[in-house]
Amino acid sequence: MKKETGTGKIDVTICTGTTCYVMGASDLLTLEETLPEKILNRVNITGTTCLNLCKNKEDKPPFVMVNEKIISKANLESVKKAIQQELSGEKNANAE
Amino acid sequence: MLTLNNQSNYIRKELMIKLLKSFFEGKLEQEIDRIPIDMNPKDSSTYRCCIYKDRAMIRYRIMALLGVSIEKEDNEYKPLKEYLNEALDRKNIDRPVMTVLDTACSSCRKVAYTITDACRGCLARPCSTNCPFGAISFINGHAQIDSDLCRNCGKCKDLCPFNAIIHTPVPCEESCPVGAVSRDDHGRMCIDYEKCISCGRCGRSCPFGAVMERSQIIDVASHIKNGTQLTAILAPSVIGQFPGSLKQTIAAVKAAGFNVLLDVADGAETTAKLEAEEFTEQQAEGKLLATSCCPAWVEAAEKHIDKMRDFVSSTKTPMYYTAETAKKLYPYNKIVFIGPCTAKKNEALRDSSVDYVLNFEELGAFFIARGIDVNDCSEKEFDNNTAGFQARAFAAAGGVAAAVESNLDAEVRKVFKPFGVDGLSRKNINLLKTAAAGKLPYNMIEVMSCEGGCICGPGVISNPKIVKKKLDKYKEETA
Repeated sequence: MKKETGTGKIDVTICTGTTCYVMGASDLLTLEETLPEKILNRVNITGTTCLNLCKNKEDKPPFVMVNEKIISKANLESVKKAIQQELSGEKNANAE
Repeated sequence: MLTLNNQSNYIRKELMIKLLKSFFEGKLEQEIDRIPIDMNPKDSSTYRCCIYKDRAMIRYRIMALLGVSIEKEDNEYKPLKEYLNEALDRKNIDRPVMTVLDTACSSCRKVAYTITDACRGCLARPCSTNCPFGAISFINGHAQIDSDLCRNCGKCKDLCPFNAIIHTPVPCEESCPVGAVSRDDHGRMCIDYEKCISCGRCGRSCPFGAVMERSQIIDVASHIKNGTQLTAILAPSVIGQFPGSLKQTIAAVKAAGFNVLLDVADGAETTAKLEAEEFTEQQAEGKLLATSCCPAWVEAAEKHIDKMRDFVSSTKTPMYYTAETAKKLYPYNKIVFIGPCTAKKNEALRDSSVDYVLNFEELGAFFIARGIDVNDCSEKEFDNNTAGFQARAFAAAGGVAAAVESNLDAEVRKVFKPFGVDGLSRKNINLLKTAAAGKLPYNMIEVMSCEGGCICGPGVISNPKIVKKKLDKYKEETA
């Protein structure tokens, strides 16, 4: 499904399965408090039970999805960076 | 102190999960000596000088997780398999609580001050003029510190007009509130266990992960595997440590292999009640009372603050009373305390019927190793009374004093003047010395070794901000 650019919000899905939680996801749940309001208005942050990504041995928990993109061994900074990338991606799409 | 999540504790958690998983699958004896290589296979990126050192450090980490005192290693040829079998054979836990991986220690510089290239070799030279130890000289127009003379006072840094002198702390030494950390002849960290209060700060602050707790996971896992009846007693701070609800966590702990589960917050109610009675007596005699539920603090008072001994409450801890109940209800079960605390390991050895102590990180590793997702568990209740908010709030700084206050008679409550010492730092140890000398205008002192209280203990998983939210929610629900 193609996202509506400009108006659509960026989906940030934080896995709070037990594996992700133990390996550091609780920090990620403070994401909302650490984002500036300007960006906060453009993201939709949700928690989810296990995304089953931990079953793949190559990638490491905790996992976060920013739109379609999977971030493994996520921390607040890597998630923020991915949000920024999605935002600038949208901007470029609008400019075209 | 390091952040809650970092690469060093990530590796520790990974290892714990690997060990437990392999143990429950019955493969640990064959696999254990391969783990250092599995964790650092050929061509993997390294943290230290080479993969061989990384592998060697993993070996020592496994030893600490098996409960070995690494300082006592006298046979470097000994395979991990032998350490495992010794751990499985042992009947009792012993001291000390911590262990130092001396080869992981990076021997941080003895002199904590460095003169950088920003030094202009000025004419005024406030650094060398004012150094009380004559440790600064000038070579080629550049200030230099003589490491034999420097006493780390920091005056030079404060006086340099160019900010050319930087302070590089030694994290373990700086974090130890009681001066128990020193160096051996090679400059490597060692702990003076006569002074140590088992607060766990050094372990949490070393960026090289060179200090670890001696874990009891293998002892508990082997009881689970052998079908021993186990009673787990869960610290009040369990709230918010895992995803899902508290009742789901209870179910998860049972699924992990614990037969009976008691809420330590129930014991906290007894502690608050008895401490309120004690306060009333002390108050009548015009004496100060200090809380006794934090074992690191009690040990600090005993070992380091002479006069404080008379003021520390003789009331036992919530863990003690809960273990007493556990023993009465299920006399033949082994008792495992699960909490956020390092010092509880010491308390369990000293004064209680608790057989083993795990922390929340270790409990989390049990969940993962046994394939338990807390979110999927149906809700269950504790096998004793579920405590109210006040007892649960023992877990956060300020909570103990509040619980004691609510147990006081109205008349006594009027004269209740509490003071909270939130975190044992060197500064706060000095403050407590002043309090012991009767120089502070308070009559009740609540001391938490960890800043923020137990919810910020060395063995927690969850960000304290998240825990506080869950604690507030619990307050609403139980009101």
